[in-house]
Amino acid sequence: MNVELGDLELLAEEKPTHVEEERTIIRTVNLAVSYNGRYAIKDINISIPKNSITAIIGPSGCGKTTLLRCLNRMNDLIRGARVEGKVLFNGKNIYDSDVDSYYIRSRIGMVFQKPNPFPKSIFENVAFGLKINGYKGDVAKRVEEALKLAALWDEVKDRLNHSAYELSGGQQQRLCIARALAVEPEVLLMDEPAASLDPVSTARIEELMIQLKERYTIVIVTHNMQQAARVSDYTAVMMPDEHGVGRLIEFSSTREIFTNPRERRTEDYIRGRIG
Amino acid sequence: MEMDGSREDSFITTRLSEKLVGLGLLGTALLTIAALIVIMATLIVESASFFREVSPLEFIFGTEWTALFADKKFGAVPLLVGTLLTSGVAIGLSATVGLGSAIYLSEYASPRVRAVIKPVLEILAGIPTVVYGYFAIYTITPLLKSSLFPDISFYNALAAGLAMGVMIIPTVASLSEDALYAVPETLRHAAYSLGARKIQVIFKVVVPAALSGIIASFILGLARAVGETMIVAIAAGFRPILTLNPLEAVQTMTAYIAQVSTGDAPHGTIEYQSIFAVGLYLFFMVMLLNLVGNLVVRKWGIKT
Repeated sequence: MNVELGDLELLAEEKPTHVEEERTIIRTVNLAVSYNGRYAIKDINISIPKNSITAIIGPSGCGKTTLLRCLNRMNDLIRGARVEGKVLFNGKNIYDSDVDSYYIRSRIGMVFQKPNPFPKSIFENVAFGLKINGYKGDVAKRVEEALKLAALWDEVKDRLNHSAYELSGGQQQRLCIARALAVEPEVLLMDEPAASLDPVSTARIEELMIQLKERYTIVIVTHNMQQAARVSDYTAVMMPDEHGVGRLIEFSSTREIFTNPRERRTEDYIRGRIG
Repeated sequence: MEMDGSREDSFITTRLSEKLVGLGLLGTALLTIAALIVIMATLIVESASFFREVSPLEFIFGTEWTALFADKKFGAVPLLVGTLLTSGVAIGLSATVGLGSAIYLSEYASPRVRAVIKPVLEILAGIPTVVYGYFAIYTITPLLKSSLFPDISFYNALAAGLAMGVMIIPTVASLSEDALYAVPETLRHAAYSLGARKIQVIFKVVVPAALSGIIASFILGLARAVGETMIVAIAAGFRPILTLNPLEAVQTMTAYIAQVSTGDAPHGTIEYQSIFAVGLYLFFMVMLLNLVGNLVVRKWGIKT
């Protein structure tokens, strides 16, 4: 891939110029993850501002997804995974022993690379998180709101009882976003949410993300440089070091990263010379 | 390009031998079909002579079975209830324990524990049924008598059913575990990412997603229980009297067939023919179970 820097400059207009530390919602401190004793990422220090979109970019195998999965303790589910350091969410380390990892995941939701709706109806998919968290209010109303937020309501309102598998890939992914939004998390983690989608569906998801940042904080892992430039306010660049351990080499406003990167490796990467 | 003579010869013999192999294999396939046809024909022909003497209505709805007495009555309900009673106990035990172990193996066990437990489960399936029969009489019944049911008969449906249940556990556990294991990891992760706890992930996502396979395993287990002969012939008794009490002796359809065919009922007599009628009945029951199993899989199977 060879990205024209000129295009990206245009895209990066009207974006923040620097990382506003005072708006931090998630901050990692010397975060490291190992799988069966082998480090995947090390020394990650990053502050993610509230109500913004932060993109994590970098070549394959640099630990982007590993970092993302630390932020809501999804790595707990992987046998042999060990997390060191801290992840402060609203100032509290989510890895402290008095923290309930299940509760954390209801506050920090996740959308996966491939759409993964449950083999249930469209309605039941969105209502799932509400039901398991013992939501006492009007479930139907919340389901409708979530589907509207995910820009899917008009397409499915007449067939809420149909199987989610009847939807197209792009619709399924928006259903998964609606499902995550229904529990009203503060943060939404997205792991290459458009990787398996066609360009039209991808554009819809990107549009949606920009609308959602008014209410939510979004962290997105992406392989797609243009996508990062188009949607994100801040960009983190990760690279593997000489031992194959993922490192955060630069974190700044998306505008800075794409127009005036501090690191030579960042410039090489976004111009398509690495990875 | 021109072929020399020897190549052509070998080409022809190869083609000939390939054809012969194909025909031979077709023969073996036809043989299984032929066996089915012969069995079906025998069942139907002998049953037909039976049903010339006994009305099918009496056979299906009659509640007295006195085939081996002077005053013969052929109401198969006692045999059917005996079969359902022992099979019901069996599937009750094997469904609970089998599904429980399947969930444990698929969702909780570490690879090392799994590697130990799975083969042990499979050994259960390799124990000869005659051993289970004596296990029922000499271990289960005395245990039940000394602990819960002092009035239990020596031969009884409960002990036979429990022994069959133990025998069927591996079938249910192994098939259910396959179904649970086949549920994509991404669905579990989706549930966790919404704040679900492990127990919720298992019972609200994984088990429902695997439901068709689980129910199919129950039905297959039930079909095995209905057709099982040795255990019930040894431990359930030969008492074709209508009862719903599992502590009493009963007679199952299979046990009746075993009793008559190992006894000395002469060819052509009505009691001789009756075992084919009971066999046909059994055959239809198992076929119905398989049909229901297929329907379940089709209706609730995961569609991706």
